[in-house]
Amino acid sequence: MDIINALVVFANFVFVPGLAYGAQLALGALGVTLVYGILRFSNFAHGDTMAFGTMAAILVTRGLQAMGISFGPLPTALIALPFAIAATAALVLATDRGIYRFYRKVRAAPVILVIVSMGVMFVMNALTRFIIGVDEINFADGGRFIIAAREFKELTGLAEGLAIRTTQVITVVTAAVAVGLLFWFLGNTRTGKSMRAYSDNEDLALLSGINPERVVAVTWIIVAALATTAGVLYGLDKSFKAFTYFQLLLPIFAAAIVGGLGSPLGAIAGGFLIAFSEVTVTYAWKRVLGYLLPADLAPEGLVQLMSTDYKFAVSFAILVIVLLFRPTGLFRGKSV
Amino acid sequence: MRAPLLFAAVACLFVLTGEMQSWNVALAILNMALVSAIMAMGVNIQWGYAGLFNIGGMGFVALGGLAAVLVSMPPVPEAWAAGGVGVVAGLALGALTVIGAITLVRRMPAGRMRTVLLLAVLIAGFILYRRVFDPAVSAVEAVTPAATGYLGGLGLPILLAWPAGGLIAAGAAWLIGKTALGLRSDYLAIATLGISEIVIAILKNEDWLARGVKNVIGLPRPTGVPFEVELQRSAAFLDWAAAWGFDPMTASSIVVKLAYAGFFVVVLGLIVWLAERALRSPWGRMMRAIRDNEVAAEAMGKDVTARHLQVFVLGSAVIGIAGAMMTTLDGQLTPGTYQPLRFTFLVWVMVIVGGSGNNWGAVLGGFLIWWLWVMVEPIGLWLMEVVTSGMADGLLKNRLIEAAAHMRLFVMGLVLLFVLRFAPRGLIPER
Repeated sequence: MDIINALVVFANFVFVPGLAYGAQLALGALGVTLVYGILRFSNFAHGDTMAFGTMAAILVTRGLQAMGISFGPLPTALIALPFAIAATAALVLATDRGIYRFYRKVRAAPVILVIVSMGVMFVMNALTRFIIGVDEINFADGGRFIIAAREFKELTGLAEGLAIRTTQVITVVTAAVAVGLLFWFLGNTRTGKSMRAYSDNEDLALLSGINPERVVAVTWIIVAALATTAGVLYGLDKSFKAFTYFQLLLPIFAAAIVGGLGSPLGAIAGGFLIAFSEVTVTYAWKRVLGYLLPADLAPEGLVQLMSTDYKFAVSFAILVIVLLFRPTGLFRGKSV
Repeated sequence: MRAPLLFAAVACLFVLTGEMQSWNVALAILNMALVSAIMAMGVNIQWGYAGLFNIGGMGFVALGGLAAVLVSMPPVPEAWAAGGVGVVAGLALGALTVIGAITLVRRMPAGRMRTVLLLAVLIAGFILYRRVFDPAVSAVEAVTPAATGYLGGLGLPILLAWPAGGLIAAGAAWLIGKTALGLRSDYLAIATLGISEIVIAILKNEDWLARGVKNVIGLPRPTGVPFEVELQRSAAFLDWAAAWGFDPMTASSIVVKLAYAGFFVVVLGLIVWLAERALRSPWGRMMRAIRDNEVAAEAMGKDVTARHLQVFVLGSAVIGIAGAMMTTLDGQLTPGTYQPLRFTFLVWVMVIVGGSGNNWGAVLGGFLIWWLWVMVEPIGLWLMEVVTSGMADGLLKNRLIEAAAHMRLFVMGLVLLFVLRFAPRGLIPER
């Protein structure tokens, strides 16, 4: 019984939150890695693209709610998602036309594009703040729990409860669907294949008649979709604030680099690796160990390896270790 | 001829602010502009001379601020008695564990034996470290937590904190450079971004070090900078102010700001002089050669990684000095106020706009962009009020006026994008 209780505590505080957070990071890292693979620079504006997409979703959600449309037990934001993706795609395509395309044409060094993306980051952040302000916004509606802690206790008769929130399940399911679609697209469609060819060898792809502008445009649309989905899921799971997405940049980049920049599979693995490490290292293991160890060995302290404020340090430490021992990342990404 | 004209134009901006708003405001902006110019010099040394992409400026600024506390605040003897030894011993144990692990990896052949030993050393070291460190920290933080709750500093003059800030930042930069400089440029960027966030996290959470988010306030001032209240009480000053027809309150605050400005100008001048000398020396030419073509420089027998490490440490030290100066000016260390947009990315805008690779460009960028950063908000508010004056009161009007508060980021982003697109070499290009 104790072992089951320990497992339930573990699932409640480590596994389920880690899974949801990992799915959000994986979606974010996929966007970063796609931009890197096709456009060949690290996009610092990615966090703020996510923020912009989430903001669009919130505005559409409010509109839908005002019209009395809801999605039953599911959050209305899911209906708003396609509209938000369209708005974000329009924004990033316009950004590419107005800003990035020039640097592609003059074949600027990747590091210049990184600095340009810093400028884009400033402007996008400001746009989000202009439109929706800086207050914390909670836009999750519908049912809050699939199963609440008390129900679980009554159901199983265990001492510990397991709460699974709707948003957590939605996050994992949506992320799985998005990743499935992406891999199907990259693997089976003509456009997807041309994207992979362009990423592997630009010159060869151009020689075989692939239109680079088309590849770039499609990439931006996919990146907008991934960023918006990741942003909305994160916002549903936690809450929306205009500047929290900038802070997500570090774990997202860590996930993409750990997995191997340019490798979609790596981005997903990296996302879950970073998320689970963050949650495991900053969780206080007292209760789990209390069930597992005999009573006289039970720990006195919290058995927390690091305080939660150091979660950056965790993503960062993993990043450094991987880079030192395997500089191209776990899945052999590209290294320009 | 271009540079002096541009500097004169920026000087006009400050004079205009002084005449139209108040000299107090203009001098406050000027003091922070001087500090920002030094930060920009640091980034310019790394990016402009050597092409190193460091976006961890905020961390080095904060380390400089920490130095100001550690050097100038009086020590807390009770806290040292309660847990000083334990804290120092704990940190030493932690450092020994890391050094032991590194030696193990270096000395032993790879294999299962090494992995097992490495894990054993790390786990044992960590447990030992926590056993010694945690009780000591609780003891220190329990000493009058409302007033101190930390170990305090050395009680030395705060001017010594400026070079000390540079040294601490240099030490951190050496550690980062050792691990991250061999990697490609994007990775250095992410690594520095991460380190700077970690530095802030440490400052916020390690209360025994500098009181965390409880802030250290009331830092001493440099010798020669009086307190406003003292001036307002001194008869000589009141007579002097009356003779010139100044309001004593305003005059005292202006005198204090001018005193700070004097110190800052000296430091900025010294750093610019040294940096100009370095840039024109064989060393500077070597750095530019490495930046422009690493492979060719390596073929000429230059040790690229070592030079990169050197210039990374130097630039970070300059940023650390600026950080210590800023905390001295503020008179307090508030870890909650360190934002990457303000202390990392804004400094980058200064360097790019001013002209990367040119020391005078970085200084000009520091002055211009800091002025703009402060003034955009009031200008934006005024603009929005003019635009909306004809509108009926309502949601749109409120929204537009509120939006003025976020003008800063928008304008900075646009300035950066326009400069990169149309004048990529900046206002004062590298010669």
